[in-house]
Formats: sequence, structure tokens, C-alpha cells
Amino acid sequence: MASSDTKSGLTDTRQARSDGNLQTAGLEAGLDALENVATTRTPFSVTFRAKILPPLIATGVVLLVWQALITFNVVTDPTKLPSPGDVATEFKDAWLEGKLLGYIWTSVERGLLGFLLALAIGTPLGLIVARVKFVRAAIGPVLSGLQSLPSVAWVPPAVLWLGLNNSMMYAVILLGAVPSIANGLVSGIDQVPPLFLRAGRTMGATGWKGAWHIVLPASLPGYLAGLKQGWAFSWRSLMAAEIIASSPDLGIGLGALLENGRNASSMPMIFEAIFLILFVGIAVDLLVFSPLERRVLRSRGLLVKS
Amino acid sequence: MATAVAKAGPAESVEYAARIEHVSKSFAGPVGRQLVLDDITLDVAPGEFVTLLGASGCGKSTLLNLVAGLDDPSSGSIKTDGRPSLMFQEHALFPWLTAGKNIELALKLGGVAKNDRRERAEELLTLVRLQGSYDKRVHELSGGMRQRVALARALAQESRLLLMDEPFAALDAITRDVLHDELTRIWAETGVSVLFVTHNVREAVRLAQRVVLLSSRPGRIAREWTVEIPQPRRIEDAPVAELSIEITEQLRGEIRRHGQQ
Ligand SMILES: Nc1ncnc2c1ncn2[C@@H]1O[C@H](COP(=O)(O)OP(=O)(O)O)[C@@H](O)[C@H]1O
Ligand SMILES: [Mg+2]
Repeated sequence: MASSDTKSGLTDTRQARSDGNLQTAGLEAGLDALENVATTRTPFSVTFRAKILPPLIATGVVLLVWQALITFNVVTDPTKLPSPGDVATEFKDAWLEGKLLGYIWTSVERGLLGFLLALAIGTPLGLIVARVKFVRAAIGPVLSGLQSLPSVAWVPPAVLWLGLNNSMMYAVILLGAVPSIANGLVSGIDQVPPLFLRAGRTMGATGWKGAWHIVLPASLPGYLAGLKQGWAFSWRSLMAAEIIASSPDLGIGLGALLENGRNASSMPMIFEAIFLILFVGIAVDLLVFSPLERRVLRSRGLLVKS
Repeated sequence: MATAVAKAGPAESVEYAARIEHVSKSFAGPVGRQLVLDDITLDVAPGEFVTLLGASGCGKSTLLNLVAGLDDPSSGSIKTDGRPSLMFQEHALFPWLTAGKNIELALKLGGVAKNDRRERAEELLTLVRLQGSYDKRVHELSGGMRQRVALARALAQESRLLLMDEPFAALDAITRDVLHDELTRIWAETGVSVLFVTHNVREAVRLAQRVVLLSSRPGRIAREWTVEIPQPRRIEDAPVAELSIEITEQLRGEIRRHGQQ
């Protein structure tokens, strides 16, 4: 409060001023409280009913219809459509022989390694294309055009260039995934609001500092979308490569399993391979990319709660 | 209260926070070059609060961008006492950072040591009366709170000159009134110079020590008023209203001239 040596008139104005300040503070606190949005986490039971139960029911219905087709003799030829039981037995046998995880791991290891390699190449490539005008004009259109080229088209040349080996598989993955990753980063950077760049510049974030503190974090959602698509492309390219280039030295991955099933005319084996390929694709997306993407979007308030 | 916030006092040898001398700016338009700012000369003294008033499109933002160094004048010169900080109509807070981290980024880019940043950010949040909002995400804040964090982030730059481009234009009237009080208080507490752009006459009079009216097409300084009404003012005060009416008349006159051409 006012010190003893101030004149009374001055004390009065100070008093009034500090009262005014207090009132403003209270008013402001009230406004803030009124505007405050309560954010609560949805309880698990709600998530379960809204998100987990529907796909489980859908899967159950598909299995029921499948079983019904066989039970009611709609499809009678087991070489065309095996029963769910036959496929389950195929899974069980592979598990008991200790081969099931081997099939999965052979492909997943290739897929992840190839993806990481694609990440290491696609990220700097995307940065350069986004930031250097000449490079963008030169290879930008090709890079986005490559996304629409089915990566299976790369398998024949890759086999001739590199032979039937792991390098050839990685080459096919890279050709499939690098364009997606690079393009994702480019469009992420293109969508950075100019306002952020101006705000950064007035704060002294120019050049590399600007790229590191403003451009990269701002483009993260686009980059993540690119990664997600890059993984999908990696996985598809790899399966194409494994089906076409199956060779005993390469070990049996999921693509080779599918091809073996065809050679042995074993529909249960083919179904087993297809289910595994689907399962891995969905699992990686569900366990890695979707949570990552959701986290980034939610922290920025870009995810509308449903 | 908030005494730890450093006073951004004037440096010894500099007698201005900003010195704008004979500045003109033209842009290449569809029909040749369009002159937007014509021969603007304006000083902002250390610690002074100046509002720049003008109709929409008269070149206020253009002038502020020039002072901020985001663009170069076509002719004339602009000198500022250090790099100014800039606040926009949109909060321009980075959504990937919390409120506190937004402020810390400004501190970091301004060269504040890592160990001091957290404490300084909390101080600045307290200054704008948002203590306890350090961990809030931008989307969790109301419009008024966002502008206060943006103000704290601008103050974190320790600039001697704060440039504000219609920072309260998008807020509701109640919140805007409160932020006027806050800005006046913070300006008095920190001693920072402010160049505040607005198209709202009463806001200009409510805040400023000096109101500078800009004409349109091209933007020229039409007139200046020194506002002697003591702070704290209120936007409803009779003297504020009186001066606002006088300025509005002049502003309307400037606008009418364009209708006659
Ligand atoms: N980068 C630019 N290129 C061309 N014209 C511009 C540019 N920036 C502003 N202008 C023009 O300058 C004039 C003043 O704009 P601005 O400074 O934004 O006005 P205010 O902020 O006063 O509303 C407008 O007519 C606008 O079209
Ligand atoms: Mg403007």
C-alpha cells in the first residue's frame, strides 16, 4: 500500500488505481472462467462401445456368413472356398511347427528396415524439394507422379538390376515409399500458414532456426500423413516383390507363403497368407501410425471429438 | 506486483524508439504500381504510446510491417531502437507448443539462458494475469486469453518497441475493454514504447498519448492529436467520447474526399 511519506491526495489516486486494477483482475478471471472449456477424457466403456465393438461385430458377421456358405452347401468345392475351420487348422499347424512367427517376422523385418531406409532418404529429399525452387521445378512433378505408379511395376527391373535377393526387395520398397514420404513433407511445408513464418521472423527465427523451430513442427501433420501412406506403400511393394521373386534362399515371408499356397493349390494356405498380410498391415497402422497421428492432432486441437 | 519484469528503458544515445523518415511504399498492382504509403514521417519516443488510426486498406499494416522489418520501404528510411516485437490481429501462437513454451521459444530465440526461461515465462504469464496457464494448449484458451499469451510472448522479446496490428479487433467488446485496461497497466509497468494500429477511433483515444490519423490512397499523415486525458481512462469517459467525435469527423472527411473524385 501507500508509503507514509506520500501526500494524501496521491495516496487517494493510487488507492483508486489499485482498486481499479483489482476489479479488472476479478473481471478477467470471470471472463476466463466463463470461456473455459472443460476437457474430460472419454471413459473406456464409451470408447469400447463406439470404436471397438462395431469392428468386432462386423468380423463376427463375416465369419458367420462364411461358415453358412459352407454349412448350407452354397459353395461345395473346398479348393475354391475352404471352411473357417480348415483355415484355423492351417494356422494351428504353422504355429505348432513354430513357423508362423517366422513367416511374419521375415516380412515385417524387411518391411520395417525398408521403411526406415525410405524415411532416411525421403525426409531430406522432401525438405530439398520444398525449399529449393529449382529442384522443385525439376523433380517435383515426377515425385508426385511416381505415387500413382503401382510399385509392382518396379519388380521386373529390380530383379534384372540386382538379382533375386534382399537388396532387390529393399529397392522395390524404396521406390514405393520414398515418393510418399517426400511428398507428404512437401505438402506439409506448403501448408504452413504464412502468419507463423512472419511471427517467427519477428522473433528472430530465420534460416535454419526458422526451419527447425517453425517450419518443421508446423508441417508435422502433413509429414505424418506421408509416413502413414509411405508405410502402406512399403508393405504393398514388399508383398508384390515377395510374390514375384520367391526363392528358397530368401526365406519364406508372407508373400512367398501366398505363392507357395498357389503352387500347392492349397486354399487354406492362401487364406492364411492373405489374413496375415492384412493383419500386419492393420496392426502397424493401429499400433504405430494412428496413435502418433492422433496425438499430434489432438495436442493442436485439430481432432474433433466425436 | 510483477516487479521482476525488466523495464525496457531507452538506451543512452537513442532518443527515439522508432524513427520513420519520408517513407513511401508502392506495390506492383494490376494497373501499374500502386502507391500505398506516401512520404510518412513519424517518431515514436521512448516509452510513448502512439496509435495509428485509419480506414481499412489505408496502409496501416503495410507501415507496421515496414517498421517490423518484414518488408523494405520503396524510399525513405526507418530506424528502430533494436528489433521491435510484433503482435497481430490473429494470435499467431504456435499450436504445437503450450502457452508457456510459446513464450519460452521467444526467450530462447532472444538468447535467454535455458535455466532462466521457465521462471521468466511464468513471470510474463503472471504479468498478463494468466498464472497457472503454463501447460495450457493454445486451443484450450479463449480468444482474450490467447491475445494475452501473445502479448506475453511479444514482451518476452525484451524489445523497446511493441508493434500491435489491430490486436483486439476480433474480440468481443467486453473482453476488449478489459484488455485495454491490461495493456495500459502493462505499458505503464514495463515502460515499453507502443505503436498501436487500429481502425477504431475510441480505442485509439482510450489508449494513446498521441493519435496519428492516416488518410487513404495514398496513406499520408492527415493529422495528429495529443491526448491529455489522464490514465486510467475508460472508453465511455466524456473526454474520450468528445475527442473521438472530433477525430471521427476528420476521418469521415478524409473518406468523403474519395467519393467526390
Ligand atoms: N504485398 C502486397 N502486394 C500488393 N498490394 C498490397 C500488398 N500489401 C498490401 N497491399 C495493398 O496496400 C493497401 C493497404 O493494405 P494494408 O496495409 O493491409 O491496409 P490496412 O492494414 O490499413 O487495412 C491495400 O490496398 C492492399 O491491397
Ligand atoms: Mg491491416
